Amino acid sequence: MSIILEGGWASYAALFAIGFGMTAPWRFVGVLLARNIDVESEIFKWVRCVSTALVAGLIARMVIFPSGALGSIVMPVRIGAFLGGVLVYYALRRHLGLGVLAGVSLLLLGQMFWH
Amino acid sequence: MAISTIDTDPPLEVQPAWCAGAGKWRAFWQGSRAMMQIPGLVLFSTALGFGAYARDSGLSLGQTAFVSVTVFALPGQVVMVDQIARGAALAAIAFAVMLTAIRLLPMVVVFVPYIRDENAAKGPLLLASHFVAVTAWVLGMAILPRLPVRLRLAHHFGVGTALLVAITVAAMIGHQLAAAVPPALAGALLFLTPIYFLLSLLGAVTVKADQLAIGFGLVLGAPVYLLIPDFDLLGTGLIGGSLAYGIARFCAPPNSQADERQLDESTQVLSQGQPEQGQPKKSKPKKSKPEHDEPPGQDKPGRRS
Repeated sequence: MSIILEGGWASYAALFAIGFGMTAPWRFVGVLLARNIDVESEIFKWVRCVSTALVAGLIARMVIFPSGALGSIVMPVRIGAFLGGVLVYYALRRHLGLGVLAGVSLLLLGQMFWH
Repeated sequence: MAISTIDTDPPLEVQPAWCAGAGKWRAFWQGSRAMMQIPGLVLFSTALGFGAYARDSGLSLGQTAFVSVTVFALPGQVVMVDQIARGAALAAIAFAVMLTAIRLLPMVVVFVPYIRDENAAKGPLLLASHFVAVTAWVLGMAILPRLPVRLRLAHHFGVGTALLVAITVAAMIGHQLAAAVPPALAGALLFLTPIYFLLSLLGAVTVKADQLAIGFGLVLGAPVYLLIPDFDLLGTGLIGGSLAYGIARFCAPPNSQADERQLDESTQVLSQGQPEQGQPKKSKPKKSKPEHDEPPGQDKPGRRS
């Protein structure tokens, strides 16, 4: 890990290996399989569920156990703003921009009044 | 089924006006413009947050840009930077990134029918797959079915290139601004990532099983992290995903066609803009207004997703 923080050529090689090297294969295999894979197969549906749940878990982890500056904001504010954003999203007929805006605004407001 | 008709050109009244006599570069250009909608703009802001976070974690400007270009998948990028910030070992970071990227496989598989032409040449498709991430995917699923087959790949490259450039630039700006931004605002920028991910995810999944998977994943994320911190993503995915799949499969109507029909209808709805505009009769009044030269579908992704 310190390879990365030191900078230099080795750091880029490491970043390439753990970044591109870990994401591109999934994409490429997707292209290769697209012909043969049965998009209606039960296995495929299960894999889709697993990967969706995984990303959702990542999202939850980011909100509940943040690292970095988000950690300086108290948990009730983070969770409240997060849920508020989702509520606004659905209330406004699934408007992405306003939902995100609502969430961020709630976070900033909550931060101002509660810390 | 919507997917099987995807290999032929859609009827002319459904195609955007610019398609008439358009070449591939025109499609590319239109694709890059399609990015200037709400999903693209929110993604830009989210990438700002990513850049700030990368700086926070100790990455240099060049490294931040490099990661944005070579990975082009915000969940994976965020996990990587997050793990670096927590001082994880290289192998552990690689594993975590790999896990978040699993989602790319089914996304690409579902997406390829929308961009391939008659030859389905592998080379261009492999390159095109690099540009498949949630935002490009959502935009593509909405717009591509309305385009003639020969223009789709070019359009997708337009969308993908614009998004890639946008998030790289945004990440670099965010990186530079990180020091100048007060902690509260920095927190808000970082907050963009989870809220944008979730809302775009909610907009992108139409099948009940996937919706359940989101719910379970959200609920399980924290507890699993407390129990098995090293493999929490895998655990959450397997447990939550299997639960969602099981419930959807065995508690829903036993006819598994129900899910796919839902997927088809949603695909058709997405490809035709809003449901009311799906009928050819109702789309004609739109054509008489010159200022609505852009197809209704162009604006819809911003609202739907």
